[in-house]
Amino acid sequence: MWTFFHKLGSPPWLYAISGSILRWLLPLTLLALVAGLVWGLLFTAPDFRQGNSYRIIYIHVPAAVVALAGYYVMATAGAVSLIWKMKMADVAMRACAPIGAALTFIALVTGAIWGKPTWGTWWVWDARITSMLILLFLYLGVVALYEAYDNKAAASKACAVLSLVGMVNIPIIYKSVDWWYSLHQPASIKFTGESTIDPSMLYPLLLMIGAFYALFTCSLLMNMRAEILSREARTGWVQKLVSGSAD
Amino acid sequence: MYFDSLSAALHMDGHGVFVWSAYLISMSVVAFMLAAPRVRERKLIKNLAAQQRRLAGQSDTLKPVIPE
Repeated sequence: MWTFFHKLGSPPWLYAISGSILRWLLPLTLLALVAGLVWGLLFTAPDFRQGNSYRIIYIHVPAAVVALAGYYVMATAGAVSLIWKMKMADVAMRACAPIGAALTFIALVTGAIWGKPTWGTWWVWDARITSMLILLFLYLGVVALYEAYDNKAAASKACAVLSLVGMVNIPIIYKSVDWWYSLHQPASIKFTGESTIDPSMLYPLLLMIGAFYALFTCSLLMNMRAEILSREARTGWVQKLVSGSAD
Repeated sequence: MYFDSLSAALHMDGHGVFVWSAYLISMSVVAFMLAAPRVRERKLIKNLAAQQRRLAGQSDTLKPVIPE
């Protein structure tokens, strides 16, 4: 177990293993995304109340779910980098931020587009939507804060602290539809108790949630690889890799 | 397929413009999420390779020329 953690801290090992994971995970992700999209768009029946506009659920919900899950990854990586000064945890934290921002952006934009035909408005300042907007700002804040420092060790520390403080927003997002009166509907999929969604809509949705988790993993690994190369540019293994790729 | 024709799938009883634009925007963001790190990595490798070639060239010119 400990050797695994030790290896996890080694840039060349992480670069190599992420490369071999991506070789099969990336095609699988694209396949799941296309399958889920076609299934949700063309092969499911429309919702009896919302009609066809509900098809946006197949991107809105997966993007929102993974945007939240990504925040846990970022904050955990931030904590590890803060406590144990693990360089690769810092790389992971940094790599999470733009991906999380992109997913939160997708959730907000598709939510707004879905809101127009369903609620009659693109935007309302209600708890769920506002707390998701704060999530977007937290992700963008981590990206911007890192760039703002010349001293990268100080930048990492500040970003880790920001991502940990931002954790307070996560339970607020989860509970916002229960705590406040909101236009946003409560969760339809429940781990405990009966889900309030028909299986014919649930399966493509679950496929898309899986595809978005895989997408997050792929994008995270790819971002980490680029970041590792940029940080390790002067080391022997990167120089060897570069001269090998040029031949 | 649920829809009878392509135009019905595009129109979606008036909701087509919302659904398709949501899908298009999202998929462009997804494409960017996958392409951006790949482009950055390739560019880094290219720059480092160019740097190596430059250094190799320099060390050749710095070699003392021994007259025969």
